[in-house]
Amino acid sequence: MSDKTADRVAAATPTHIARKVRGLSDRAIAWIFVAPTIFLLLAINIFPLIWTIRLSFTNYKANRINREPEWIGFRNYERILTDSDIWLNMQATAHFLFWTIFFQVLIGFTLAWLINKKFKGNDLWTTIIVLPMMLSPAVVGNFWKFLYQPQIGLFNYIIAFFTGKDPSSFEMLGSVDLAPWSIVIVDTWMWTPFVMLICLAGLRSIPDYIYEAAEIDRASKLRQFFTIMIPMVLPFLMLAVLFRGIENFKMFDLVVQLTGGGPGSTTELTSINLKREAFEKWRTGYASAYAIILFVTVFGLASIYVKALNKVKER
Amino acid sequence: MSSFSITEPSNRTKWFAGTLVIAYALITMMPLVWIGLTGFKSPADAISYPPKYIIGSDSEAGFQPTLEGYVNLFTTRTRQTEEFLANNPPENWADEIVRQYDMVIVGPSKFGERFLNSVIIGFGSTFLSVFLGTLAAYAFSRFKIPLADDLLFFILSTRMMPPIAVAIPIFLMYRNLGLSDTHLGMILLYTAVNISLAVWLLKGFIDEIPREYEEAALIDGYTRFQAFYKVVLPQAATGIASTAIFCLIFAWNEYAFAVLLTTANAQTAPPFIPTIIGIGGLDWPAIAAGVTIFVLPVMIFTILLRKHLLRGITFGAVRK
Repeated sequence: MSDKTADRVAAATPTHIARKVRGLSDRAIAWIFVAPTIFLLLAINIFPLIWTIRLSFTNYKANRINREPEWIGFRNYERILTDSDIWLNMQATAHFLFWTIFFQVLIGFTLAWLINKKFKGNDLWTTIIVLPMMLSPAVVGNFWKFLYQPQIGLFNYIIAFFTGKDPSSFEMLGSVDLAPWSIVIVDTWMWTPFVMLICLAGLRSIPDYIYEAAEIDRASKLRQFFTIMIPMVLPFLMLAVLFRGIENFKMFDLVVQLTGGGPGSTTELTSINLKREAFEKWRTGYASAYAIILFVTVFGLASIYVKALNKVKER
Repeated sequence: MSSFSITEPSNRTKWFAGTLVIAYALITMMPLVWIGLTGFKSPADAISYPPKYIIGSDSEAGFQPTLEGYVNLFTTRTRQTEEFLANNPPENWADEIVRQYDMVIVGPSKFGERFLNSVIIGFGSTFLSVFLGTLAAYAFSRFKIPLADDLLFFILSTRMMPPIAVAIPIFLMYRNLGLSDTHLGMILLYTAVNISLAVWLLKGFIDEIPREYEEAALIDGYTRFQAFYKVVLPQAATGIASTAIFCLIFAWNEYAFAVLLTTANAQTAPPFIPTIIGIGGLDWPAIAAGVTIFVLPVMIFTILLRKHLLRGITFGAVRK
């Protein structure tokens, strides 16, 4: 401590008074720190959400600025929920969601389990496996389109090489039967590492002494797998499924680049359909109602799921 | 390992696990390697069957590497008459490559601009979201804020909206405010999307810093604000850095907002790359070159910073 008078006075002042004299109060700082974030979220998330809700009750078209929108009540909602085409989009989305999550959990968990055997160099290989999920989904969709080209694409060549089929005899993106699977393959390639990382965190959170105790009790490896490993990783796995579920429900960029929703509308996921309504047909009011329905669906499903997850955690 | 452990996998298990994981890693890398190779092929080699994969070999599976894809990516070209070509010798190596198709380079392509836009918008929004996110995270971590849990959940739930759903009103709002197709508009938008994750991750990192450090600083006569930037910020540096990488990767990779809200001035690279057209269709070598240049920084980042990144992914997810 220096012996300037000011410093001695400062040291002698009780801190709560000193703080008031020399700086802003904690409460003021708290609000100054939080305010910009809240303001930004209000301006770019909440205000638009409210606007969307309002628009969803009108027949507004964003490409006709001069026409006054009319208030049409719940007509947009009625039209969407009774439209059979939209149910087809929902089915395509459900197919995509179910199979991507199925394969990602299966492969992701297996990989995590193998990596957790702590072989030499496992962190390097983990990093290499993680690379696809760091890339831009639109760009990934774009170059997989190249790999999927019939005749010239690498994917067709490799399948043909192993099955002996003619590589130009099947079109991953052009055929109604294969296109839904083509998007599942790319999404699985891209996002399996995410599920793997979460599972790995789960496996690493199990302390060694639990296995040691099981070993002393002469529990078989198989039994240890089902009574220790699976239940303890399950909350992590369910979290991974939640994130992949939400992300894939919103899926747009990868699929739009890969198939553009085609052929026909076999891979037209709800987001792609929504984009067509909003930015190609310019049915802004109708698309707004559609957006609200999607948001409520995700939010509702996610809330139910989180409740189930918390139950699993409590056990 | 010196001490014997009954839970340590046997060498055979390790060898088996290692082989399977490495096999998966190699398969998963194939598409990326293929794109890297395609960038150095001529258009004819890129679409040949069977595929060519040996660099510089004269065999049937070999191809001579060329920078044609990269030249096509960065330039615009026009066809010229034989007379013109005869009278004007090629100016440089790039021009020479183009000459074999009776063309000349007339100027740069849009790729450079788009790439620069990606850099500006990526770094701008990352800076802003980390700056605001750190402040908010500190406040949430240290002070009693009414309804803090609800606010945090609300901040997070904004990520559940499909981007297209958000894009409709943003599109209208930006049109009225004159923010459409501007760098500022995109920076603000990406910041708003990123900030929820930033606050969430950073709060976790700041929670881990013992309060005693700041309390000691306060007693030493620091104001709360000084304590924040002289004591807490240096401690949180690693956390801030890894959060920044996440924000940067998101902004770098984003496509949906970019394709809907930008057209020329502020368009980033992801909506641009798929539209590169060559003679008679998509110019695959040029697209592959663009993809390579675009994804390489992210891949290098990932490998260099793997410890922080991998921790960030699991940590961010598991905390939620």
